[in-house]
Amino acid sequence: MTVATRLANAGDLASLRQKILAGRKSTKIAISVCAGTGCRAQGSMELFEEFQRELQEQNLTDVEVRATGCHGFCEQGPLVVIFPRKIFYRGVKVKDVPRIVEKTIRNNEVVDSLLFKDPATKKKCLLENEVPFYAKQQRIVFRNNGKIDPTQIDDYIAADGYAALAKVLTKMSAEQVIEQVSQAGLRGRGGGGFPTGRKWDICRAQPGDEKYVICNGDEGDPGAFMDRSIMEGDPNSVLEGMTIGAYAIGASRAYIYVRAEYPLAVTNLSIALEQSRSLGLLGENILGSDFSFDVEIVRGAGAFVCGEETALIASVQGDIGSPQQRPPYPAQAGLWGKPTNINNVETWANVPVIIDKGSKWFAGMGTEHSKGTKVFSLVGKVLNTGLVEVPMGTTLREIVYDIGGGIPKKRKFKAVQTGGPSGGCIPESLLDLPVDFEKLTEAGGMMGSGGLIVMDERTCMVDVAKYFLAFLVDESCGKCSPCREGVMQMHSILCRIVQGEGREGDIELLEQLAAYVKESSLCQLGGTAPNPVLSTLRHFRNEYEAHIKDKKCPAGVCTALVEFEVDEELCKGCGLCMRDCPTEAVIGEKKQPHKIDVELCIKCGVCYEDCPFDAVIAK
Amino acid sequence: MPGEKSASVEEIDVSAARKIAAGHRAQGNSLVTVLQDVQTEYGYLSGEVLEAVAEEMEVPFSQAYGLATFYSSFSLQPRGKHHICVCMGTACHVRGAANILEKLERDLGISSGETSEDLKHSLESVNCLGACALGPVVVVNDAYHGKVSSRDVDKIVADLE
Ligand SMILES: Cc1cc2nc3c(=O)[nH]c(=O)nc-3n(C[C@H](O)[C@H](O)[C@H](O)COP(=O)(O)O)c2cc1C
Ligand code: SF4
Ligand code: SF4
Ligand code: FES
Repeated sequence: MTVATRLANAGDLASLRQKILAGRKSTKIAISVCAGTGCRAQGSMELFEEFQRELQEQNLTDVEVRATGCHGFCEQGPLVVIFPRKIFYRGVKVKDVPRIVEKTIRNNEVVDSLLFKDPATKKKCLLENEVPFYAKQQRIVFRNNGKIDPTQIDDYIAADGYAALAKVLTKMSAEQVIEQVSQAGLRGRGGGGFPTGRKWDICRAQPGDEKYVICNGDEGDPGAFMDRSIMEGDPNSVLEGMTIGAYAIGASRAYIYVRAEYPLAVTNLSIALEQSRSLGLLGENILGSDFSFDVEIVRGAGAFVCGEETALIASVQGDIGSPQQRPPYPAQAGLWGKPTNINNVETWANVPVIIDKGSKWFAGMGTEHSKGTKVFSLVGKVLNTGLVEVPMGTTLREIVYDIGGGIPKKRKFKAVQTGGPSGGCIPESLLDLPVDFEKLTEAGGMMGSGGLIVMDERTCMVDVAKYFLAFLVDESCGKCSPCREGVMQMHSILCRIVQGEGREGDIELLEQLAAYVKESSLCQLGGTAPNPVLSTLRHFRNEYEAHIKDKKCPAGVCTALVEFEVDEELCKGCGLCMRDCPTEAVIGEKKQPHKIDVELCIKCGVCYEDCPFDAVIAK
Repeated sequence: MPGEKSASVEEIDVSAARKIAAGHRAQGNSLVTVLQDVQTEYGYLSGEVLEAVAEEMEVPFSQAYGLATFYSSFSLQPRGKHHICVCMGTACHVRGAANILEKLERDLGISSGETSEDLKHSLESVNCLGACALGPVVVVNDAYHGKVSSRDVDKIVADLE
């Protein structure tokens, strides 16, 4: 950080920005290492230290080593970008460090083997934006992620950070802020898609001076991790958004509720809080205005239902996180009974850009009723996994094939699951669907928080439905019986189906129960719990029937219904399956077709997954 | 639970728990926050510790126990020297996390949610760690392993000793 003197007004902020920028030469050589959770998991912090050590040793002390947040392409991590040329290296290991320093830092040469190779064209990509994964993306929420050091507020300020807040405090009334957010057409990114401007307006109109703002960073949907990435990689954008929102609503205190599983998000948010406080961007009389506001972090303790707003409020108060009947809505009586406005992490991060660039610009992106971009986590059976930000209205096909590179191992696409446990599975016939709030719901999916889990021919849709119901049985808070008992009953029916004990009439029974649970649950956890079953029934009913009538699992997943066999034509006798079989059930000579002894086989599925020639087949 | 106190052979020193609780209470922080910090200190929440916390925070024991059982990040049992956590998020699931968990159960001889008798290993599955791009993910004492195959499990288990 430069100097931590409080900024007395908007002019001070502008001069600080000028000062920071003047101190940065664009020609300076810098090594930027991704320090997001994904890359850390693959050793990026060791890499960071190794770069520092190597540069020290070689006396290259004017080369800067920088740690950034997630670039979204975690699967290719650890990622390293070398400035000023912005050379993009992927899968960098500690042992590559001397080579990079020698070739790239000293001699300005490229280490070819560390570049990303486009599997389609076999072309190597020198820069990040040449990589097909990024080419179709439009990064608004992710404007800074992967570029700035999230632990240095200077980096955020240099990237025009807090300019929107300064504009709001000097030039805009609360009504104007709400008007602009409404005009932009921003809708909540936490799942429901409620218009953000309208939500703020409702809270603002409530009587009383004591109001609260909450950032929902619980991100419970399995398969989604964009909120984590934003909180870790650009925490100040969330804080700035919240401050602007609080100004519009008339709140002076806020909480960020962060999932228990996200310790790095807590660390980076805490640093951002401290730094913005010391600059007077939070606290009393922000930027010399008469607006005062502060934020506190609350760590979640591991309960999916706490993502639901009334449960979240109970949890912040230190209680068991069980949902409350609405109305009253949190906007009327929320935290400690006071009017409270809750928005999702990604929603908040959109706010500063809308103020900065205007509602027209924002509303220029997207579809009729869904404006702006959405960050999706593209994961599962897809080649390029990671976080993808695209304008609303981009088709699923573009996301899965152009950005995601399609399905690995030349297998066949089956479905993409959206919306987490409240969502559904969308089949191949609907791949050209432009994704927005309405279209996804019509197709039996849901926007949810933006998880897109790709499934191929080896994913069993009955198993997927069972998986989500098991999740929901586990996470139901137990307060109301339709959800507690109904979902459990549905789950046990699915269990019996995958065990091969499905009965005639089970599908109808599932449908009946689904309707009942949907209708009568207290909160949306129960209210949407049947969706994974209903959507798979709608698009993949034949798979249910195969399990129930033919006692077969076409995808080869449900162990009770499969028998593994080696296709002698396809088997090359490589011996991989034999080596990995835990029960020595595979027999055969090298280079000769192998066989599986069904008596010994425990159906662990290892050989089925292992075989490079897909010679192990499920019957 | 209080009645089962005799189950633990060693007496647990609850003074640290009392101190943490008193500190938070002075700041007006919530009971969940207290339990989080106490668990960080002890590794788990034993009956004695919960009792001490409840007393210090002036709430009924049932309230502390209720929270400790409701939230999944709280553990009422000691964890093993090596704590192994398998991610069961959707992305990991479709990439075969269930097979990985089953293999760990077989290789370690304990079921998910259990701690081995010698307190060497504990195994747990979690709903999603948010490292979905790397699935299947296994975390051993805070160290992440991504794209885990059954062969990697052999290595992970071998490295535990
Ligand atoms: C069971 C359940 C879980 C939820 N989990 C989350 C979550 O993890 N993150 C989130 O932002 N919203 C979650 N929501 C939605 C919130 O209740 C709330 O609508 C949202 O935070 C509002 O913010 P937004 O308008 O910016 O989307 C969940 C809702 C339900 C019913
Ligand atoms: S619907 Fe489920 S999670 Fe929601 S209140 Fe009822 S039991 Fe609890
Ligand atoms: S499924 Fe498992 S036990 Fe059966 S043959 Fe294959 S590797 Fe062996
Ligand atoms: S953590 Fe490095 S790209 Fe996501």
